Amino acid sequence: MTIQYILFFSLALIAVASAVGMLISRNAIYAALYLVLNFATVAVFFLLLQAPFIAIAQVSVYAGAIMVLFLFVIMLLGAEQVGPQQAIRWQRPVAAVLGVILLAELGYILLSQTGVLPGTSTEIAEAFGSPAAVGVNLFTAYLLPFEVTSVLLLVAIVGSIVLTRFGRTNGEEGK
Amino acid sequence: MLPVYYYVALSAILFIIGTLGVLIRRNAIVVFMSVELMLNAANLVFVAFARYYQAMEGQIFVFFVMTVAAAEVAVGLALIVAIFRTKQSINVDQINTLKG
Repeated sequence: MTIQYILFFSLALIAVASAVGMLISRNAIYAALYLVLNFATVAVFFLLLQAPFIAIAQVSVYAGAIMVLFLFVIMLLGAEQVGPQQAIRWQRPVAAVLGVILLAELGYILLSQTGVLPGTSTEIAEAFGSPAAVGVNLFTAYLLPFEVTSVLLLVAIVGSIVLTRFGRTNGEEGK
Repeated sequence: MLPVYYYVALSAILFIIGTLGVLIRRNAIVVFMSVELMLNAANLVFVAFARYYQAMEGQIFVFFVMTVAAAEVAVGLALIVAIFRTKQSINVDQINTLKG
């Protein structure tokens, strides 16, 4: 049990530190790399929670595909840094205060709810969270949402192509 | 498994860092990455409660959230590229008019 605690708290430290690093790093490339680290630690959390399929999907989809897309766009635009000017001066302190208030509320709710939920049973079904179980669920009970997802992805593909094409032709006409 | 509260608390902290990123940062791409961080924090709670209740539905839902996030990133980054072409900037303070 103690090894679980050590594992959880060290991973939680890495996750929070990398998230804060993303928040405060000036360069967008560094922010993206911190976020990759954060996604990787969350994938390890998924492994700890008996979700190996989701963990692999997290690494390949989030840390792989999505973040590579981000890095490509950052480097393509050369938009590592935007100007330091802040249009609204009081925005930063107000954001910090609101964040602290939200954290305090969440902490209060969590502390007041401690002990309401019974403890977790340590024994668990052998096949829980295995790729086979996920696949069976996905293709029987959740077949319709799965198919709707394909329409969503198609719309996203068409939408992004139209957006980028439209910009280019418009720019040429402008010149 | 550790008490589920630990995971909920960690997820809340990550979510709030994402919220602060959306509120504070000026770079539109970093704002977008903060949104991804918030989605990821929600996924962590989904998986934690799926383990707690030993129900597969939470993991299935995380799968769908990931798909929606991927679609959202594709469209959002295309939008950012299009805005950069017209405005030559992705500072969200300068993108205050819808008409370029």
